[in-house]
Amino acid sequence: MSADGTHPRADLEADDFQAARGKVGMWLFICTEVLLFGGLFLLYSVYRFKHHVDFHAGSMDLSRVAGTLNTIVLITSSLTAALAVHSLREGSIVQAKRFVAATILFGLTFLTVKGFEWGTKFEHGLYPNSPVLLGMPKGQILFFGLYFTMTGLHALHVIVGMSIFGYTLRHLGSTVTAAKPVLLENVTLFWHLVDVIWIFLFPLFYLIS
Amino acid sequence: MSETLSRGFDDGGPFFAAKMKYPGLWGWLTSTNHKRIGMLYLVLIGTFFSVAVVIGVLMRIALLSPGMHFVSAQVYNSLFTLHGIIMIFLVVIPVVPTIFGNFALPMLIGANDMAFPRLNLFTWYLFLAGAVLAFVSVFTNGGAPDTGWTFYVPFSLKTTVNVPLATFAVFVLGMSSILTGINIVTTVHQLRAPGMTFFKMPLSVWGLYSTAWVQILATPIIGITMLLILVERIFGVGVFDPTKGGDPLLYQHLFWIYSHPAVYIMILPAMGVMSDLFPVFSHKNVFGYKMIAFSSLAIASVGSLVWGHHMYVSGQSDTAGIIFSLLTFLVAVPSAIKVFNWLATMYKGSISVEPPFLFALTFVFLFTIGGLSGLFIGALAVDVQLHDTYFIVGHFHYIIFGGTGFGTFAALHYWFPKMTGRMPAKRPAILGWFISFVGFNLFYFPFFIMGWMGMPRRYADYLPKFTGLQRFSSVGAYIMVTGIVIIIGNLLWSRRKGQLAPPNPWGGATLEWSLPSPAPLENWEEPPEVTRGPYEFGKREEGR
Repeated sequence: MSADGTHPRADLEADDFQAARGKVGMWLFICTEVLLFGGLFLLYSVYRFKHHVDFHAGSMDLSRVAGTLNTIVLITSSLTAALAVHSLREGSIVQAKRFVAATILFGLTFLTVKGFEWGTKFEHGLYPNSPVLLGMPKGQILFFGLYFTMTGLHALHVIVGMSIFGYTLRHLGSTVTAAKPVLLENVTLFWHLVDVIWIFLFPLFYLIS
Repeated sequence: MSETLSRGFDDGGPFFAAKMKYPGLWGWLTSTNHKRIGMLYLVLIGTFFSVAVVIGVLMRIALLSPGMHFVSAQVYNSLFTLHGIIMIFLVVIPVVPTIFGNFALPMLIGANDMAFPRLNLFTWYLFLAGAVLAFVSVFTNGGAPDTGWTFYVPFSLKTTVNVPLATFAVFVLGMSSILTGINIVTTVHQLRAPGMTFFKMPLSVWGLYSTAWVQILATPIIGITMLLILVERIFGVGVFDPTKGGDPLLYQHLFWIYSHPAVYIMILPAMGVMSDLFPVFSHKNVFGYKMIAFSSLAIASVGSLVWGHHMYVSGQSDTAGIIFSLLTFLVAVPSAIKVFNWLATMYKGSISVEPPFLFALTFVFLFTIGGLSGLFIGALAVDVQLHDTYFIVGHFHYIIFGGTGFGTFAALHYWFPKMTGRMPAKRPAILGWFISFVGFNLFYFPFFIMGWMGMPRRYADYLPKFTGLQRFSSVGAYIMVTGIVIIIGNLLWSRRKGQLAPPNPWGGATLEWSLPSPAPLENWEEPPEVTRGPYEFGKREEGR
């Protein structure tokens, strides 16, 4: 992370040492993200256990097509992110830039699909605290409450990931190079995490019926 | 911002006088140097501590006699909420990891700085932002929170005061705490000096390291819990609202899944500092190094599984209660190991009674009382009687103030020469210690008795039969605060007028004492080669 050029310790100056430090930090941060979502998954499991019939009914109302499409989009974006890291390590900045741009575009696609999905729900009067939702069984209120909260928090992570990818794109070739790939590597790690969380969210909300 | 900010210094000057890229205050606010950040934290936390002490005194004035004379019930509710929020989130959780984890940790392991210096400075700004948000929440949008620091639903969802901003402040403070934890774990893993194996680390580093893991793994849970309160208040999702199918008990689970481990964030690093102080002031190798190190990890791990003991009477199942009670008794074992090892360290030692050691002894005495009272309330049947009474308040003040508070005073006096280059004046320090120690016990011991008699916590008023004990306790509080004022006043005076300190005034064998007092901006030109343990006093070079 730091670039202490005047550091007296030779072993600290080595780029791979810096990178190792950055990686350790990133993995620890990923632990915290897993636990952040862990709290929500805990709520999900308790409420699904209590209201499993309602949860199945709620799941029927979600669009499996949109969910599947988004899963494919996000997994592909993880591939392009990994390819960007690979290209950078190989020394091809241009290639890396293309893959990062592709990742951002896939992220945008994901958010668009998500937006349409949420939009349709809103049109049907389904949003937190809406009269339509409050008229439904309690289990369904919870199902949709958790659906909006968890996919919403996940979407926030997608936006954060895309922003950091955008920042990385600007610095690819200048401060982010084959010798110093740690920023791209770390944001890719984060992106994979966002992807993995979605891989849990998708079956838990779309595929339980 | 570049790393060179903290590097462009005159060699040999103390860290606080070294020439920075920017002069004066701005030089402090932009420095990524670990010692400067430690001092920045010290200033903020010291200020918050003083504010919360004043709030505490206001409560003790209100409780001087039965009836409502001094403040209304609503104001009293806000007072104990603010006292709790400030003390817990702005003082006790960050105090040791941020002040001493920053100031001392790199020196203790022979590093020149933390692993992520810029991130380190960023945590301070996050901390400041969280604190500002918390203070703004007091004066805006309905007024000061009145929920207690626990923000229990359904009340926190219904009350008209400014809960959303306060919970968001806690979320931001949590972020700061997580990043500090990540920094400490990475530093300990990556930046130890050559020869500094894990089992040659000072035990204070083990304490900070175990704590950092708890900060990383537990804090996200309070993050999401506070976010859920926000989401509930803004969107009315209903995950904790029974009318929408939610379960308020789940809030308590989520809250304590973090907040019980947070208790260990508060006490573990102070315990680590104690493990450093006992050998130094007994001039003897620590008794059972590995057991103390592992007991820190044991407390950190078992302590994560005992949260249900806050909820014995909240309607969780009896099976859960029995399991949580068993685990609670279990977590007392590693704490007891530490206490016995500290005492065994003193056995046949050559003890020098300096101010830091008096505070350390006080830590052990008060922590033991607090810990044993914890076994009372960890027992299922007894807790039915004692839950939500003054007994609980007495218990955690003995642990948190008696332990972490006095532990922090010990650490402050111990590292004061490294921070300022001067010795804390001995006589006033001992006077302040004595007054605050006596006052503390007069203040909090009656809480156990009142709790046993059924005095509920968080009440603005009380039955006439408690008048004597409440008044006694209030007088104790005033005595204790007098002592604290003397302690802090003495430190402020000694900072400028104290005797000049030699590099190693206490005769410590850990690495920071091989540096000059006050510490230079850059710790080592060449990384120190570590060949001996942190408490092998026989082989140390005479530095006094």
